[in-house]
Amino acid sequence: MNISRREFLQMLAVASASGISLPACESSNAAKKSTSPYELPAFGNVSLMHYTDCHAQLMPIYFREPSINLGIGSMKGKPPHLVGDKFLSYYGIKPGSRDAHALTYLNFVEAARQLGQVGGFAHLSTLVKNIRAQRPGSLLLDGGDTWQGSGTSYWTDAQDMVDAQKLLGVDVMTAHWEMTFGAERVKEIIEKDFKGHIDFVAQNIIDNEWGEPVFPPYVIKDINGVPTAIIGQAFPYTPIANPRYMVPDWSFGIRDDRMQQMVDEARGKGAQVIIVLSHNGMDVDLKMASRVTGIDAIMGGHTHDAIPRPVEVKNAGGTTLVSNAGSNSKFLSVLDLDVKNGKVRDYRYHLLPVFSNLLEADKEMSAYIDKVRAPYMDKLGEQLAVTDELLYRRGNFNGTFDQIICDALMEVQGAPISLSPGFRWGVSVMPGEAISFEHVMTQTSITYPSVTLNNLSGTRIKEILEDVADNLFNPDPYYQQGGDMVRVGGLKYSIDPAAKIGSRISDMELDGKPLDAKAEYPVAGWASVAQPLDGRPVWDVVAEYLRDIKTVKHVELNQPVIKGASDNPGFSATT
Amino acid sequence: MIDMKRRTFLKGSVAAGAISAAMGAGLLTPRMVLAAWPTAAFEAKTVDSALDALMGSHQLEGSDKISIRAPDIAENGAVVPISVETSIANPESISIIAEKNASPMTASFLLGTGAQGFVSTRIKMGKTSSVIAVVKADGKLYSTGKEVKVTIGGCGG
Repeated sequence: MNISRREFLQMLAVASASGISLPACESSNAAKKSTSPYELPAFGNVSLMHYTDCHAQLMPIYFREPSINLGIGSMKGKPPHLVGDKFLSYYGIKPGSRDAHALTYLNFVEAARQLGQVGGFAHLSTLVKNIRAQRPGSLLLDGGDTWQGSGTSYWTDAQDMVDAQKLLGVDVMTAHWEMTFGAERVKEIIEKDFKGHIDFVAQNIIDNEWGEPVFPPYVIKDINGVPTAIIGQAFPYTPIANPRYMVPDWSFGIRDDRMQQMVDEARGKGAQVIIVLSHNGMDVDLKMASRVTGIDAIMGGHTHDAIPRPVEVKNAGGTTLVSNAGSNSKFLSVLDLDVKNGKVRDYRYHLLPVFSNLLEADKEMSAYIDKVRAPYMDKLGEQLAVTDELLYRRGNFNGTFDQIICDALMEVQGAPISLSPGFRWGVSVMPGEAISFEHVMTQTSITYPSVTLNNLSGTRIKEILEDVADNLFNPDPYYQQGGDMVRVGGLKYSIDPAAKIGSRISDMELDGKPLDAKAEYPVAGWASVAQPLDGRPVWDVVAEYLRDIKTVKHVELNQPVIKGASDNPGFSATT
Repeated sequence: MIDMKRRTFLKGSVAAGAISAAMGAGLLTPRMVLAAWPTAAFEAKTVDSALDALMGSHQLEGSDKISIRAPDIAENGAVVPISVETSIANPESISIIAEKNASPMTASFLLGTGAQGFVSTRIKMGKTSSVIAVVKADGKLYSTGKEVKVTIGGCGG
């Protein structure tokens, strides 16, 4: 179904009449505010739509943004490392507004009750069609982390998302978690499903043996007569953050030098606009933009930062815009470029929150989603327990849903300590809501889900915490991997994020006693990247725990003592 | 994807190499091939003693005419790809040192007269360390370094 522009406007008119205010996340240099956030003022001749890190969320969801997102060193207080009020004042967004709810954790529960869910491919699809109608010839870019993150994507081996991407009209994509379906499956999808529909680009994936490119590095598309190159940048640390055995023949990495070559090559072939579709993570995007010249915009993802205005990064060749567009199908960004005489002269940028109540579900996409979910509805719908408290994941150190996972691992596995990865995907569950098996899958659905139980020495546990902390807080973004701190059950500790590796973690205690460096402690965990395991999948362990406790009354969040962060604009004491 | 013609060609050229062929036939052991193997340098436990054993000196002069290509974070500590390129005139040798390895000297290439100052290899790294490239030219030692991180992995995005 293709809703007409008139129908769309009528629908918005109904929304306004019912008293819902609709400010858009517009860049401050936008010419003039239109009456609705989804009706954008015309600008330029080249438009790109971008969504990223949807993590296979086909259905509308709740997603609470972080209250702790620390920037260290030169990154302190700069986008994306701003939370809550600091975020709002930096971008001049009115507290209590719709945008404030979309972009920050402030007053989350109350605002979410009032404004409803976000995202969902059927609602996203309506928005994409509408922007396409407003901006003929525009491209839709998918930044990756699309195939992984739900029960249905796991059970269908990513087929549900592949078909949804095609239906949504994705033109170009790059990747990260896609790789965890294995190299063979990735190639199969690209060669069979994507052929003639979606260009899969990645300049930084190189064959291990010969150093040759595995995928096309870029594609040049004609947008209203303007040759526009889209260069792919896959997540540089995929074989480190995820199992290397799944992509044994491919090497990744940042590869600035090759990026520069590809930019120059595409320009040489006549490209007038160069866009990098990136899964670097925003700090890495910003550094890359300062080093590589000739890129007009890096449209990024991975770190799940929803940033309402691009950062203009100066480099030796001019200025490169860096935008990041959030996660979980919660946002669609639109970049409009005014290109004349082979050069980008000006731009407008809009980060549009996808409010499910304001965008009618696209019928064709809805029907598709219903069909693809039908065989799994019983399983997905099982109500495991009811929560009295908001459950969420996102934040540098811990989230209430992660605490439940940590508690489940300790309880079911019989261990005094548990470790759970600091993933940034996973939806929020509202107070009073039933926690369904589907919710648990949004937090745990990976292709290496086995739970583990290992005896680790105090020294080894400290090494692990130090290692992960350095991946998050290294002052050089090129040494960061982009996840959050490993979630810890049972063990107490302090962390000084600004310290060097080896001295960030201190005061490690278990049951009120200092951790003994030499003693061994049973540690429960999951998502081991070392080798394939046959253990029980973590979602079964969490489901068993929730069925048993029936009600989540109060989650005792095991948060480390965070040193030196109280004045950091990426820190809020509110949990 | 992989250029099969090139692969075949390279396989052929390796097989045709006299030393490889002799080794393949069991005629030579690696120790015999590397008759002048500088054991002391490759078993030395510190950077200075390794350089002393190999070059007779550990006086390094920093140079911006040497570039190291190496990953910022190693994908696999057991095989870390390293390339070193130098524009210093008449390089006699290029050595690669992983500072924190138990035996830091990982490789040293002797270059013939007129050889281009470029080498590429894979080294093993036990932990995060500075990788130092040392170029010997005109009796002097020039160097530059780059940090390569070796991490336990997991827990990403």
